[in-house]
Amino acid sequence: MSALPVEDRGLPRLFAGLPRDGSPLGLDAHHAVHGPQPSAAHLIELVRESGLRGRGGGGFPAGQKLAVVASARRRPVVVANGAEGEPVSFKDKALLRRAPHLVLDGIALAAAAVGAREAFLAVDRKAQDALDAVSYALDERRARRVDRGLRLQLVVVPSGFVSGEETALVNLLNGGPGKPTFTPPRPFERGVRGAPTLVQNVETLAHLALIGRLGPEWFRALGTESEPGSALFTVSGAVARPGVYEAALGTPMRALLAQAGGVRGEPGAVLVGGYFGSWVEPFTALGLSLLDSELAAAGAALGAGAVVVLPQVACGLDQAARVARYLADESAGQCGPCVNGLAALAGALESLAGGAGDTRPQALRWLQQVRGRGACRHPDGAIRFVESSIEVFADEVELHLKGRCSGRRGEFMPTPRKRP
Amino acid sequence: MSRVVRVNPVACDASGLCAELLPERISLDDWGYPIVDATPLTPELQQHAQRAVDACPTMALLLAKKQAAAARAT
Repeated sequence: MSALPVEDRGLPRLFAGLPRDGSPLGLDAHHAVHGPQPSAAHLIELVRESGLRGRGGGGFPAGQKLAVVASARRRPVVVANGAEGEPVSFKDKALLRRAPHLVLDGIALAAAAVGAREAFLAVDRKAQDALDAVSYALDERRARRVDRGLRLQLVVVPSGFVSGEETALVNLLNGGPGKPTFTPPRPFERGVRGAPTLVQNVETLAHLALIGRLGPEWFRALGTESEPGSALFTVSGAVARPGVYEAALGTPMRALLAQAGGVRGEPGAVLVGGYFGSWVEPFTALGLSLLDSELAAAGAALGAGAVVVLPQVACGLDQAARVARYLADESAGQCGPCVNGLAALAGALESLAGGAGDTRPQALRWLQQVRGRGACRHPDGAIRFVESSIEVFADEVELHLKGRCSGRRGEFMPTPRKRP
Repeated sequence: MSRVVRVNPVACDASGLCAELLPERISLDDWGYPIVDATPLTPELQQHAQRAVDACPTMALLLAKKQAAAARAT
């Protein structure tokens, strides 16, 4: 059943055998490194035993989702979510660009396991390298008739923070505007053309492709009992080599940052979990491990694995205000509490950053009011970010209220312009 | 069977009628959008809730069974 021995517990897993020149792993090389596509016969059970959780930020148990969709009365559809809209996450793009066949294997396996004959792979319109690699990989597979019995379609998704939200993807595939929809029904109940739909992040599917080959024990050889396996992390900001790194869950944050060449200069704060995540004081952050169970004590969570080191020279409050405005602008514009609340909260942070008075009382009121009131989780994620900004940059707020600032302004955190 | 009030936030247009007709469960935020208290409706409130549902000009207010735990897979 396996090309790699089970006792091979090392990393890389998803990035194993990649060509040094940065090109994608072709089909022959993919088979040489990982072995042939396994049978999907007991896949759901294997994935359940592996403890694999969704790597798109939601963290839902992958095996449970497969089982629910497989037990539906109608023939299901599979959607692989590679529409990574988060500006500080590029692990899905990197995976699609470097190891497209692992993701495609995962799609084919998941489809076979739940009884689907149709699958879609959604990729961000701006991720040209990933689109090219996937298109080429699909051609290779068609020429060799690898995925017989499966109609697999590449779908180009408009860029945008909420485009990758699962109901937004289903909406787009149904000919709609690609914005989140009110639930229920959730996609696993009624999704693409009304069929029960398995929406799974591309990294999750890549892990699934390896679990199908090497089994749950192999998967659990890394990570902890409750948070098993490895994950891809996007490390950016003030590190020597920003990029995508594979690490076991439970790896010390310090070791992940060391993989990225180490922190450059003095860190001011570390953003864990991307723009829906939380700021952590650098001293605390460096002492943590990459586990939700440990990060929770610092008010943080791994999310989709994006870690940003903010240098001390940057004013955290100014950066927080810029990101909050970006998140407000990225609202799909459908739900009143999200449209009004996030704009108001961004304004409150901007006032604080500009030293225009203490807007914290209003901000706290709005945080309470807006929470949980969108059709999707966009407002909740943005609120977590704003709340943590006010907490972690409390000293900076006091300085600004006195007309001072400990750092400087600038574009340290990327806030891409709204889609043209 | 106990029911709760739910708002479809995509459809809601902040008419505010629901908060007038069912103040026991619905208040308005700073922009006039309803904040719903998901406490199950008592028998006395059922009729008022139904009236609020019928009055909503965008049909954004609904009565739902108490949130099924399974419906949260993401």
